[in-house]
Amino acid sequence: MVVPLLKLQDLIQEIRGAKTQAQEREVIQKECAHIRASFRDGDPLQRHRQLAKLLYVHMLGYPAHFGQMECLKLIASPRFTDKRVGYLGAMLLLDERHDAHLLITNSIKNDLSQGIQPVQGLALCTLSTMGSAEMCRDLATEVEKLLLQPSTYVRKKAILTAVHMIRKVPELSDIFLPPCAKLLHERHHGVLLCTITLIMELCERSPAALRHFRKMVPQLVQILRMLVTTGCSTEHSVSGVSDPFLQVQILRLLRILGRNHEESSETMNDLLAQVATNTDTSRNAGNAVLFETVLTIMDIHSAAGLRVLAVNILGRFLLNSDKNIRYVALMSLLRLVQSDHSAVQRHRPTVVECLRETDASLSRRALELSLALVNSSNVRAMIQELQAFLESCPFDLRADCASGILLAAERFAPTKRWHIDTILHVLTMAGTHLRDDAVANLTQLIGGAQELHAYSVRRLYSALAGDISQQPLVQVAAWCIGEYGDLLLEGNCEVEPLQVEGEEVLALLEKVLQSQMSLPTTRGYALTALMKLSTRLPGDNYRIRQVVSIYGSCMDVELQQRAVEYNTLFRKYDHMRAAILEKMPLVEQGGPQVDEEAKESKEAAASVPTEPQASKLLDLLDLLDDTSEDAQHPPALNPSPEGTLVHLLDLPCAPPPLGKPQEKGVLEKEGENVLFLLLCRVRLICPFPPVCPYSMPILVGKGFIQSCHSLLAPFRVFPLFQTSSPGQQGPASSPISSHISSHFPIGPQTLPPQALGISCSFYTKCSFPGTSSDWLSRGRHFSLKCQMPSHTTPI
Amino acid sequence: MIKFFLMVNKQGQTRLSKYYEHVEINKRTLLETEVIKSCLSRSNEQCSFIEYKDFKLIYRQYAALFIVVGVNDTENEMAIYEFIHNFVEVLDEYFSRVIMFNLDKVHIILDEMVLNGCIVETNRARILAPLQILDKMSES
Repeated sequence: MVVPLLKLQDLIQEIRGAKTQAQEREVIQKECAHIRASFRDGDPLQRHRQLAKLLYVHMLGYPAHFGQMECLKLIASPRFTDKRVGYLGAMLLLDERHDAHLLITNSIKNDLSQGIQPVQGLALCTLSTMGSAEMCRDLATEVEKLLLQPSTYVRKKAILTAVHMIRKVPELSDIFLPPCAKLLHERHHGVLLCTITLIMELCERSPAALRHFRKMVPQLVQILRMLVTTGCSTEHSVSGVSDPFLQVQILRLLRILGRNHEESSETMNDLLAQVATNTDTSRNAGNAVLFETVLTIMDIHSAAGLRVLAVNILGRFLLNSDKNIRYVALMSLLRLVQSDHSAVQRHRPTVVECLRETDASLSRRALELSLALVNSSNVRAMIQELQAFLESCPFDLRADCASGILLAAERFAPTKRWHIDTILHVLTMAGTHLRDDAVANLTQLIGGAQELHAYSVRRLYSALAGDISQQPLVQVAAWCIGEYGDLLLEGNCEVEPLQVEGEEVLALLEKVLQSQMSLPTTRGYALTALMKLSTRLPGDNYRIRQVVSIYGSCMDVELQQRAVEYNTLFRKYDHMRAAILEKMPLVEQGGPQVDEEAKESKEAAASVPTEPQASKLLDLLDLLDDTSEDAQHPPALNPSPEGTLVHLLDLPCAPPPLGKPQEKGVLEKEGENVLFLLLCRVRLICPFPPVCPYSMPILVGKGFIQSCHSLLAPFRVFPLFQTSSPGQQGPASSPISSHISSHFPIGPQTLPPQALGISCSFYTKCSFPGTSSDWLSRGRHFSLKCQMPSHTTPI
Repeated sequence: MIKFFLMVNKQGQTRLSKYYEHVEINKRTLLETEVIKSCLSRSNEQCSFIEYKDFKLIYRQYAALFIVVGVNDTENEMAIYEFIHNFVEVLDEYFSRVIMFNLDKVHIILDEMVLNGCIVETNRARILAPLQILDKMSES
């Protein structure tokens, strides 16, 4: 060896002195080469130094597997320093997957039986860290002998090694069970600590052990009591609390033993109360013990008074200035809120305070807890707080907060107006973070609250005028303005006085259309709204017609199609425009439909049998084209929750409720034109194209029907809405097939004067070949067929 | 159960690492960098407990050194927080000089205190006793 070897300290200094990664690597590689050389033919006395250096290098992340055999040699050496480094190396470098590890079994065995305590300690340490199952089995008896040795130093290590062995080889738990009872009588805290860990491990593994140890609950209680009441011995106390670690472990064990067991829980009650009241809470150690106590109380069958005490302790934690304690308290309260709701409610103000934390983990917990605490009595106050939080919270929490608020508002809204206000506020604040169905929900809500139409449209108008970047808000606002534009201009609403000119409204909608920030869907909404306003606003429609014709050449296909159709509506069918653009019928159903709807769209999305059904539709239309007599009757799938799809498009699902005007379907003379008009109507009335991508039934206005009533007679029409029997999905439920079934029922129906309509399905955004215009032409053919009253051909 | 024990400096370099559950060596560096990043990015007023994947991280800062302990769900976070402080006190008592040059001794101390993820001994005197014997042996 020419080059003098570096000591570990020098090596560390050198490595730290390296300025760049490359330099460090160089130093290390050089050193590794030396180490390797030294291992091969070096001085055995220096070997432990080399290995120590190698271990350091290994810690930094460099490969060090060539040191494994050295570890073995060092372990076998009689010198303590060698053994020390060798065992450390074994712990760090070897593990189960390397075959070399079995080779140290023998060395360990020798060391364990030699009776030199430090050596035994080393061996036990290594064994407990990397002992594999075979090693454990071989050495179990040795370890067991050591469990009963007088030396506490070795005993505690032996106990923890036993824990590891049980984890690896559960059968060994039988060997280690009997000594536990005796070990519990120890005075030495270290041994006690380890024994309790061992007992916990045993109890978790087998219920038999659990029963066995339940008998020891009184003894454990005694130990803990002694710890708490006697003056703290200086050697174990940490900031005034006597051995908090031991206390925490005992409490944890008591928790395991007392779970689901009345008797043990009762024995513990007094003690837990005592610990809870006597512990000094000014320092962290005391709080740690208290926290563990609270967890234990929550888990066992404790007396009601004790539970209330636990919740109060948590409440006190919440007021503590230390963040850690507050975090811990919030987490535990979250667990408790399901079972002890009223107790946790008392601490609601403090929880709300925690919302204002700057710490992300704290505010997240506080948010979850606050949402869980909302109920019908405190909903207004809570939602106000949550809204304030929404304005200032970090982005990752916004989505959760917004959806949480909406959900809570839905469940507990005291009045409709408050509900609408809340949703509006959330939309303005955090519109982009919301789920897609929020728009649908809001429109449905607004549509349902007839008395609030004027109010909502004004609020939405002002919100829109302020900011057109939040897409959900824009969509809802556009829809509302379209529907209730006339109310907007009336200007005599007491609550929201607002003077708006027709021109301003049009200008705003145009702005939305032209804005870069608007999504294509939003533009669709805006265009439709403009169209609706052509009937609602006084004056001529020159401006609207201009806009519509401009968009006839828009790049977006969807928008273009709409514009073209509207244009034609202006030109050719002006007399029918008013009827088509009538207000939508109000929706009756409320919340639960949302779930069904979601289920529907999920099922729609997941339906593989779309293919065969769809092809059936294709066949159907083809057959219609060929005027063949054996038109396939679509399978009689259940009419039912098309109710929901239908609902999406504002068709009443139940049989006519509350005397709302029924829509009647009528055909025009020219079948082609009928279909065209029907298509227009789809555009106009369907505010939710993204949600229902496959098919859209069409609802035709009452006025429309009346003007063409006479033409209806010879044709087959069919009930538009079924008596909904929800949940009765057909076996291969796809929106198309079931849609077909609801609108093309088998067999001829005569025309009852009341509740009828025409429905025509076609695809606007589907993965089918051909664009919408394809379907348009198919539809045209199809409608021509309608002129011939045929018994079998459904419309 | 304690999964790992790390001592890291402010620049993110690992000064001591001990894993009580086997982790691949390349995954170790990855784990360390991520853990360190999340701890270093927190300010003083934020709480010392972080949730990271399926561990809980409990960290404490002492001047330029961060001590991070990763535990699984069953541990009492505050007790571990206290334990970290205990460990630092032990180190303080033993080392008069800067710790880092005597890494193996730190390992010995840590082994005395934690065995296979469970806390063994928390009494300062008892922990340092074997070390003092060792020192006497090597001097003689």
